[in-house]
Amino acid sequence: MSNTGIGARIERTEDKRFITGNGRYTDDINLPGQVYASFVRSPHAHAKVTGIDAKDALALKGVVKVFTGKDMEADGLGGLICGWTVTSKDGEPMKVGGHPSLAPERVRYVGDCVAVVIGESREAARLGAEAVAVSYEELDAVVEPAQAQNQNAPKVHEDIDKNLCFHWELGDKEATDAAFDKAAHVTHLDIVNNRLIPNAIEPRAALGDYNPGSGDYTLYTTSQNPHVERLVLSAFVGVAPEHKLRVISPDVGGGFGSKIFVYAEETVCLWAAGKIQRPVKWTAERSESFLSDAHGRDHVTRAELALDGDGRFLALRAHTVANLGAYLSTFSSSVPTYLYGTLLSGQYDIAAIHVEVEGVYTHTAPVDAYRGAGRPEATFVVERLVERAARETNKDPAELRKKNFVTKFPHQTPVILNYDTGDYNACIDRASEMIDYKSFDKRRKEAQAKGKLRGIGFSTYIEACGLAPSNAVGSLGAGVGLWESAEVRVNPTGNVEVLTGAHSHGQGHETSFAQLVSDRLTIPIEDITIVHGDTASVQFGMGTYGSRSAAVGMSAIDGALDKVITKAKRIAAHILEVQPDDIELADAAFRIKGTNKFIPWGELALNAYTAHKFSTSEIEPGLKETAFYDPTNFTFPAGCHICELEVDPQTGCVEIVDYVAVDDFGTIINPMIVEGQVHGGVLQGIGQALLENGVYDVETGQLVTGSYMDYTMPRAHDAPPLRLDFTNTPAPSNPLGVKGCGEAGAIAAPAAVLNALTSAIGHENISMPATPAKVWRAIQT
Amino acid sequence: MTKVSMRINGEQVNADVDGAQLLAYFLRDKLNLTGTHIGCDTSQCGACVVHLNGRAVKSCTMLAAQADGADITTIEGIQKNGELHPVQRAFQQHHALQCGFCTPGMIMAAVDIIENTNDLDEHSVREQLEGNICRCTGYQNIIAAILSAAKEMRG
Repeated sequence: MSNTGIGARIERTEDKRFITGNGRYTDDINLPGQVYASFVRSPHAHAKVTGIDAKDALALKGVVKVFTGKDMEADGLGGLICGWTVTSKDGEPMKVGGHPSLAPERVRYVGDCVAVVIGESREAARLGAEAVAVSYEELDAVVEPAQAQNQNAPKVHEDIDKNLCFHWELGDKEATDAAFDKAAHVTHLDIVNNRLIPNAIEPRAALGDYNPGSGDYTLYTTSQNPHVERLVLSAFVGVAPEHKLRVISPDVGGGFGSKIFVYAEETVCLWAAGKIQRPVKWTAERSESFLSDAHGRDHVTRAELALDGDGRFLALRAHTVANLGAYLSTFSSSVPTYLYGTLLSGQYDIAAIHVEVEGVYTHTAPVDAYRGAGRPEATFVVERLVERAARETNKDPAELRKKNFVTKFPHQTPVILNYDTGDYNACIDRASEMIDYKSFDKRRKEAQAKGKLRGIGFSTYIEACGLAPSNAVGSLGAGVGLWESAEVRVNPTGNVEVLTGAHSHGQGHETSFAQLVSDRLTIPIEDITIVHGDTASVQFGMGTYGSRSAAVGMSAIDGALDKVITKAKRIAAHILEVQPDDIELADAAFRIKGTNKFIPWGELALNAYTAHKFSTSEIEPGLKETAFYDPTNFTFPAGCHICELEVDPQTGCVEIVDYVAVDDFGTIINPMIVEGQVHGGVLQGIGQALLENGVYDVETGQLVTGSYMDYTMPRAHDAPPLRLDFTNTPAPSNPLGVKGCGEAGAIAAPAAVLNALTSAIGHENISMPATPAKVWRAIQT
Repeated sequence: MTKVSMRINGEQVNADVDGAQLLAYFLRDKLNLTGTHIGCDTSQCGACVVHLNGRAVKSCTMLAAQADGADITTIEGIQKNGELHPVQRAFQQHHALQCGFCTPGMIMAAVDIIENTNDLDEHSVREQLEGNICRCTGYQNIIAAILSAAKEMRG
């Protein structure tokens, strides 16, 4: 390991601009002649739009233009799309409700866009939006997923029966039922996986620009995947052809999934820029973020685990109703199906699994991927079931887990996935040791003596990351391939630019990707720049989500580096008059093995471009290579998190007194960055467990938790100190052995916390978020 | 329009401002000091924290006109002679930032906490960061950075 290479704990190169106020986020960018967009949003959960009168708005000083859905329709623009087709168990494709950017006739959730007002200033646009008079005929709404299919439930889309988008299943029902029939014990679980609102601290923003001379459009936007954004806006919405549209995602202030999707607002800004031939800018107010960012989770699940007399897991079955919201967002159908059902085997050897998921429309904001995306929901089901089964059968929860762990690899689960590597015992043993599990009873008694209820809870999670083998996801309904691209450009002076289709919005790619390049090319990290987030620089890429950028994105870079090194060795061999196999690259020089004859890296690079010393009929001038990397399997990060907490029975307040996480992410590029990812993920998981809840009023469909006054974001004093460690079974499916670390914390933590809490209060009857009021009530029962 | 005059990052600024303009927007739009961020509409997130006469304030909570006569420091103004402020350095060393969006407000709040609290420990830093939300880091490294910078600043 070099001091800046793979495995080095080095400071981030991107930090300098952020700590000095020189980050460049979308809202920091202004263009000459720029105007501002403000959206007229539905105040109703469900209504017919019977009229839009913009004349008062247009009369206001500074209001430039008002557009409605009819204007977009007249321009032939398509609606927003969902890129993953799920097939129901009866063989029918999912039922897709139309999703216009500006709703022309009917609004389907509070915050649905009806019109846009363009103003000379932010204030003019906002005042104009308030002056647009929209007439509504209010209709009944349904917001609860469990009620969406009721006979009398109002329909979200008139042509979709029972609000049912799909009724999907996975696994062998017959075998599963048969296993349950012979079970010695069955553990039941009814759970709600609470709705979450992602809340990246940078609100979504867009700045659309159009050049009437060239016909070129540019969109600056807060996207985790600018190329996918461009593809959707070109191929489906039809704002501009792909080669006439440049999408730039500059610094992006957090995403957590919510900035994967193609939203109405940026679509409208881009299109409107062309209509009025001036740059159009929109930045969400936080209340708009709450209303219109895609939300996460929102499952209602009944699950059962069958055990034999010895405590071995025989089968698992689950039935889930998943709230999809009013419209399908960009990848929403994949989240409660293939990113959820496939993970229900957990770390366990379970012979039979069957899961059914009903995806339903409701009059709420669209629900899509949020950190973990399906995998936290699966982990919560599996780990709550296992913990409960241990309690019901009087077994130690750690021992029951170990008895059922998969220990031989590869392991084919009954739900598609083929686990390629792992050592689950290593994680649980290390975590148990760190938290001193065997002394827990002593600590519980000490807590009792001071009037506190102390509990401990395990979560041994697994996730499928490194999304994903293109063939595999294609066969499951994905409309895209999930490879990644990279281009390595060696400049004549020897420094290197690496173009990647991955996108960093906090993950530190500019550092960790450069560590790989420094390692492979043996050049200083200062000589390397990572370029991302601009469709005019990077040819194509799939972006960052699903903990994929190390496993897939860096593997693509690795492939391009192979090609660069191969070509550089050929050039060196020509110059040194030996065979390429005689050349080695070390210490920034190409050396004839076993000799002291060498060409320094920089000299080789210059030679590649001057092309004086080799035959250009044999070797092309220049030193630039591209690679597309498609993974051969998912990666399977896994680990064990243990939470220990105390409850004050007087107040219901919960204090997490210790939290340990031992994760197997395979090879780690920069431990400092990886630890940071775990810290942040775990706190989001703790937030789900104890604090956060996206609540709609059942009667009116109003979002009750629409600001930071109402939606409880974890603050510094809510965050317990975390203790981390890592194990390493390198992933065999990519050349670097990396598995991905971005989502593990959010996946593991909710089950660890709820298992600890139910252990403390002595019964299972409590739901997330376990607020002090809920905990206090639970203690009284 | 209201005439205002203030010192910002050591330089005198005279300007005409709309009476309704918030200080945060004045800094960003008029003076191009885009390091001060806006993350919410309810003075909850703290991304917009600046120093007003030496104390941390949320610049989205006051009008630009109210800052007339004030001495303001933003994230762009805390380096001395081109050297990073100890809190900036500690944030980088401790990996106390990820996406960087809350970072300027965090750093400005942290400087205030360190300068105005006598007995700083982990608990008191966590309590005093109540007004700043970070969604990326879980706060762990932010706390470590602040405690480390406090130690350095107090010699």
